[in-house]
Amino acid sequence: MIRDEAIRFVVHEARLIDAKRLDEWLVLFDDDGRYWMPLARGQQDRRTHTSLFDEDRLLLQIRVERLKNARAYAQQPPSFCHHLLQQPSVERVDEAAGRVWLRTEFNYTEVHLHERIALAGTAYHELVRRDAGLRIAMKRVDLLECEMPLPSIQLFP
Amino acid sequence: MPLSPADLDLVRGSVRADSVHRRVYTDPAIFALEQQHLFRNTWMFLGHDSQVPNPGDFYSADIAGEPLLMLRQADGSVKVLYNRCLHKGAKLVRAESGNAGRFLRCPYHAWTYHTDGSLAGIPFKAGYEGTRLVDCPEHTGLDEVRHVRLYRGFVFVRLADQGIGFDEFFGESLSSIDNLADRSPEGALEFAGGVLRYMHDCNWKPFIENLHDTMHPMVAHEAAAGTAKRLWSEQPPGGKPPMAVELLTPFVEGHAFFDKMGIKVYPNGHSYTGVNFSIHSKYSDIPGYEESMVRRYGDERAHAILGEVRHNTLYFPNLTIKGAIQAIRVVRPIAADRTLIESWTFRLKGAPDLLLERTCMYTRLINAPTSMVGHDDLHCYRSIQEGLASSANDWVSLHRNHRPDEDVTSTAVVNGTSELSMRRMYQSWLQYMTCDGAGEAA
Repeated sequence: MIRDEAIRFVVHEARLIDAKRLDEWLVLFDDDGRYWMPLARGQQDRRTHTSLFDEDRLLLQIRVERLKNARAYAQQPPSFCHHLLQQPSVERVDEAAGRVWLRTEFNYTEVHLHERIALAGTAYHELVRRDAGLRIAMKRVDLLECEMPLPSIQLFP
Repeated sequence: MPLSPADLDLVRGSVRADSVHRRVYTDPAIFALEQQHLFRNTWMFLGHDSQVPNPGDFYSADIAGEPLLMLRQADGSVKVLYNRCLHKGAKLVRAESGNAGRFLRCPYHAWTYHTDGSLAGIPFKAGYEGTRLVDCPEHTGLDEVRHVRLYRGFVFVRLADQGIGFDEFFGESLSSIDNLADRSPEGALEFAGGVLRYMHDCNWKPFIENLHDTMHPMVAHEAAAGTAKRLWSEQPPGGKPPMAVELLTPFVEGHAFFDKMGIKVYPNGHSYTGVNFSIHSKYSDIPGYEESMVRRYGDERAHAILGEVRHNTLYFPNLTIKGAIQAIRVVRPIAADRTLIESWTFRLKGAPDLLLERTCMYTRLINAPTSMVGHDDLHCYRSIQEGLASSANDWVSLHRNHRPDEDVTSTAVVNGTSELSMRRMYQSWLQYMTCDGAGEAA
């Protein structure tokens, strides 16, 4: 069942980030996959409106490689994060195209040194069936706090 | 309001020709003096008139701790009012922007005002008959900021009644705003693309010093920009680098590159980097843009405008702009150790959308709370904030390329890695902190 597989996928994806198994996380993105976090509530335009994240595979790879670099000073010491997910709900399935859309409510916590930031929001996954398994075509993360002044968010809500 | 003799001594004792005392970054008393003097005596950036295109449109923001309201009037002009009801002092609007309609109405007791600030009505007014309210001159309407100047749509205010004029304060440095607006084939900018709000738990001055600190990019941004450069170099050769790679990789140019870039300093603390070229010089052409500029301005003028690729221009103390990228950063000091940095972006009217797309991508990659480059910058500012708690050495160095006979007032061009712009900034800081003079000893 693609529904059950997709739900397990979304939970697994969050656990990979929290475990900082980020090379394995990158593999979950389709070749044209994107990780998008809008800046404005209800934002539809990724091009002529600024976003908080709008990363293709290459930009995600740059981020992940930077985190391994001893001269990524803001990550000395490193940050850690935790996703608390509600059970993802399958919003739509297109069996013929091998695509499934999910919605997941989450609380996200990131800590660095003695500081803790707490964010909340909704993640929307569009997954696509490939030979190797499901892959992320689009992960859209709507933060409740998107328009507020924010401190550094160094990992991946 | 004059400074007390003790405060005057404190401020004067904080700036040397080639160094500043650590308390300018850390002392809440200094910050309070900045709010009372520096941010009132200088021309502060408030907003852009394209934020309030229609009558009744407002934009609200704090300057020097004062809640202000920029309002488009029925006659098309822009007024700046104090956002404070005459009655109990409530803010009339708390939203950052919106349309007030024909009246501002206090949410508490419905005192209403015309959009020009004049008092329109008080409910059940008979209760004030025979009282002294009518005799209070301030009860005819909202207080208005008297010294307001629009320049190419940029709205600046000077809160102090007396002081330096706008043209004298900014002088030739306004050429950077001109270059930004001239890059539109219609000569006009439109506020667009949203606002990034990045909270900095540090003083505001390391941020503006950093704009012209060209000795840091290849160090602080080695991991971010260097990784982008390396990963792209590992791709199959011959491809055109994506826009993101084009924007990130110049941050790891070497010291000689930044030194040759040059810095121009003006009176009153304003300056820009990128006199000869900049990290923005080698971006790919935007199809159709150059042609539209030539049609508007003619060949020579169009290429003169596009040939200016200044890096950062600092309009001391609270505005920094990037003309070549159509992005600005607005500095909002909140406390000695807390500053909100807002990144705003503009559409060049009449230019292809791809320019705004590049602007939005740049500001996201470099200036967002989610930016790798921003993370490493803020890490350094916060390290400064924490390190300056140390009493081991009270003085922060600004010595680079300093000479004892240095000219501290006139316009000059120097090598790009000089700390002259920082020294000039602190001379201006000293001037506008202390120009109110000294009062009686308390």
